[in-house]
Formats: sequence, structure tokens, C-alpha cells
Amino acid sequence: MKVSLIIGILIILILSVVAIFAPLICPYEPSAIDQDSLLMSPSSKHLMGTDTLGRDLLTRILYGGRISLSIGIIAVGIATVIGIILGSIAGFYGRWIDSLIMRFVDLMLCFPTFFLILAVVAILGPSIFNIMVIIGLTSWMGTARLIRAEILSLKEREFILAARAYGASPLRIILRHLIPNSIGPVLVSAILGIAHAVLIESGLSFLGLGVQPPIPSWGNILIEAKSTLGIAWWLALYPGLFILITILGFNLAGEGLRQKYE
Amino acid sequence: MLNYIIRRLIGIIPLLFGITIISFAIIHLAPGEPTTQQEFMTPRISSDTRARLARLYDLDKPLHIQYWHWLKRFICLDFGRSLADGRRVIDKILERIPVTLTINILALVLILSVSIPIGVISASKSGSLFDKTSTILVFIGFALPSFWIALLLMQLFSVKLGWLPISGIKSLDFEYLSWSGKLLDLIHHLILPVFVSSIGGLAGFSRYIRQNMLEVLSQPYITAAKAKGLSRHQVLYRHAFPNALLPLVTILGLSVPGLLGGSVIFESIFALPGIGELFYRAVMMRDYNLIMAEVVLGAILTMLGNLTADIAYAYVDPRIRYGDGSR
Repeated sequence: MKVSLIIGILIILILSVVAIFAPLICPYEPSAIDQDSLLMSPSSKHLMGTDTLGRDLLTRILYGGRISLSIGIIAVGIATVIGIILGSIAGFYGRWIDSLIMRFVDLMLCFPTFFLILAVVAILGPSIFNIMVIIGLTSWMGTARLIRAEILSLKEREFILAARAYGASPLRIILRHLIPNSIGPVLVSAILGIAHAVLIESGLSFLGLGVQPPIPSWGNILIEAKSTLGIAWWLALYPGLFILITILGFNLAGEGLRQKYE
Repeated sequence: MLNYIIRRLIGIIPLLFGITIISFAIIHLAPGEPTTQQEFMTPRISSDTRARLARLYDLDKPLHIQYWHWLKRFICLDFGRSLADGRRVIDKILERIPVTLTINILALVLILSVSIPIGVISASKSGSLFDKTSTILVFIGFALPSFWIALLLMQLFSVKLGWLPISGIKSLDFEYLSWSGKLLDLIHHLILPVFVSSIGGLAGFSRYIRQNMLEVLSQPYITAAKAKGLSRHQVLYRHAFPNALLPLVTILGLSVPGLLGGSVIFESIFALPGIGELFYRAVMMRDYNLIMAEVVLGAILTMLGNLTADIAYAYVDPRIRYGDGSR
């Protein structure tokens, strides 16, 4: 499992570097239309071919990666912060606060996430900002449960009792002692969460309800693949391959890290 | 047992309330009012008509009264009419259920019949080549976006080879086919959707069963069975296997929301007339009544899935129902 951690981290690193430096790597502009070279199959000039408007596919995929990865990371960031706040409050204070928060978690878990996300997108409209926030707001429940369980078991340990005896405030105990000591499983779930968020975002964009063209994202490049089925295989193959590798990378890293913590 | 069931049933009442309150709150996220669309279609609407429309939708009343009225209609399964074609929302949903249900049941049969053997064999031969290969396949299965694999398979089997139809649930000449021809036609159309919708489940269940099996195999009673001199086969299939399958009941109940969400994606790719595709259309047309009805029903279905899972688990595992019941 150590191998999987290393492979996962390598995949994440390479993808991030390529996405961050996309403007330096790509010889083309992501939205540069070239009518003379539309739907060209992969060649030395266009490594992954071109789309129906003659835009370079590799360039669009790399720029799309910037969008898809940032949505994944920010959405999980939002979810993790909410999860940590609610989970640690529930775990630390216990009693009615705990049951109130945990019933709310149960309630949120009742909604099929994809239904909920689509419903809110239908109401607020699809935009990069909305999608990040909506994915974040609908995926914090696992983190909250995790951190609550961790804090419940840490709360009775000697070093926390010692901190209390010293007269440390609840906020200080939570922030300085409880959260840092329970961050391991949260980190694992956050890494796995990014994979999930990237998958949701690409699904939304593929349905036309996520990132809107001309801004490229891995999901919305695949919309074109649907209309060119049988004509341009590269449009279907490559964007999905990037989604696959990304999710694989985050899953491998997450699982590897989990094994390490256990 | 009855006690346990009653306790669980009482427990869902606040959840039901919560579901309806959250759904109601989401409708009110919508900018403008439900009447905006109707007013938009008839621009020369008088202020008098507008007031009547508002009264029709209770918009002139305070929020909690609106919620109460909405809830009363909701309990009678009256979700209003679809904004797209004016038909009753509940009728539109009911006629879509058979397709989604059929695909999910077929997918479930496929998932269980493939993933149980894979999970059991990889656990019993942990570390073998078979185990390693299946672990790698499971990881890939987890990472495969269903819509992408659908596109690739359509490209191969429908466009290139021409073996399978590209989309829809029946051919144009379906009405003229014989009984067996109809069945064959349906099967033909369902092969790709069922396979695509099973991939995630195949990966998940294989891994889950493997882990359960490994856990059970490390229990003292398995060591005892081995020490008693039972054959490997007997230990695996008589003692370990049934116990490893117990938690599967829970997972089946818990997979309801994932199945519903997934149906939106693959039903819209394959143009299948199920509830997922209906939801997709509703979202595209901002058909709020239909959207809310599906969200609420989806949530209730998920809740019932959890409940059935818990009760079934308590039924097969007495430790749960005689325990503290906090689960």
C-alpha cells in the first residue's frame, strides 16, 4: 500500500504542475478557433487532435484541468471546514448540541446528493462559483461524523484533562489540542473527497449544468464527443482519460494514507 | 423485533419533517416567485390577475402558512402540475418508475452475481495474483466516470460494430414485433445501460465483500473451525461466507441515493425514459414543481432504504435488536 501512496502522490503532483503551468506548456490558446484544422486526428502538430472548432484538444484539456481541479479542491475545502466546525462542536459539547447536529447530518444524508446539487443548480444557475459552493455544502457530512468520533475518543484522554485543569478555554482546547490530533482521518477523507468532487463536477458539466463553454472543463469537452461519436474518437477518449487518472491518483493517495494512519 | 421496528418508525417522523422543511427552503431560494414564469409568458398581465395568481399560490400568506399548505397537499401526493406540459407531476413520475426500476434491478443482479465471487475468492486467496488483479480493477472501476465509459462503449458497439442500438428503450418498429421480438428488442436496448450503471457497484461491492470476508476470516470462531479439522471449503463457505454477507443488507439499503443520482447521468446519455431522465429535463426547463417532487421523493426513498436496511439487519443479526438500539 506504500506503493499506492507514492503512485497517487506522483499522479497528483504531475497533474497539478501541468495544470498550473498550462499557459507556459501549451503552444495554443484554449479558445483559439482555427477553421482550417477542425476535427484533425492526433498528429505531431496537435498531439491529441482538434475539436469541431479547430481548437487544440490537449490545450483545452490542460486548461480544463485547472478548472476541474480547482473546483474539486475548493469544494472539498468548503466541505472540510464546515465538517470540522460542526463535528468538533458536536463532539466536544455533547448532549443536546450533539444530537441536534448529528440529526442534521442524518437529515442531509437523506438527500440523494446529485439530485440536491442539480436542484440547486437549476434554481441558482450554473457557474463555477455556484458549483464549488453547492458541492461543498452537500458533502461535509462524512467529515463531521469522522471528527466527532475522533473528538469523542480524545476528549477523555489525559492531555485534554490536563489542558482543562490548566484552565484552557473550550475554544483553545478544540483548536489547539483536539483538531490537530484528529486531523489524520480528515485529511484522508478530504483527499478522497477531491476525487468525488471532480467526478461530480465533470458529470454536471457533461450534462451541460456545470462549467459553461467556452470555458473548458473535462466534463464539457465530452459534450462535443457525444455529437461527434464515430467521427472523432479522440474527443471522447482523452478528456475522460484525464478524469480517470485524476480520480485514480486521489483515490490511491487517500487509500495509501489511510493504511498509513491505521 | 416489533419493539425495534416501532422505535425506528417513530424515529423517522422528525426526519420526514426535516426533509420537507429543507425542500421547502430550497424552493424559496429561487429568485423571483413561482408566478414569474407564468407572467413572463403573458407579458400584458394586469395587476389584478397578478394578485389572483399570488393568491392561487398562497404567495400573499406568511411563510409558515405557505409551508403548512404545501405540506398538506404534499401528504396527498399532490405536487401540482408540471410547468412544461401542465400534466400532474405525480402522474409524470409514476409512469417513469418501471424503466428505472428495471435497469436498477438488472444491474443489481449483475453486480451481486459478479462481485460476490470476486470478493470471496480474493479474500480467500489474499495476496495472490487474482487478488492483486482484482484490486487493481476495483480501483479503476471506482475511478471510471460512467458517462465516459458509456461514450466509449457506444462508440465501439453502436457506431463501429453496429451490434447494439445507440439509445432509447425500444426500436421504431417495436409495436409491430411479436411478444418474443419485443422482449429481445428491450434486452438489446438495455445491455449497455445495465452494464454501465453496474460498474461503480461492481467495484464497490467486490471490495466491500473482500474486506468483510477478510475480517470474518480473522475471527476466533474461524480458527476454531479450522482447528476442528474442517476442510478449507467448509470453513470458507459454511462458516465465513454467510457472516461476511450479513452487512451486505445494509449496503443495499444505503446505495439508494447513489443509484438515483447515477440514473440521471446514464438515463440522459442513453435517452431512457426513467425518473433520472425526467429529472434532467425538469432541471433543464426549470420545472420547479417536478424538481421538488423528485427531490422530496428521492429523499424519502433514501430514508426508507436506510430504514429497511436497519430492520433487515436487526432481523438477521439479533445482537442489534437486543442492543441499546442507538444504531
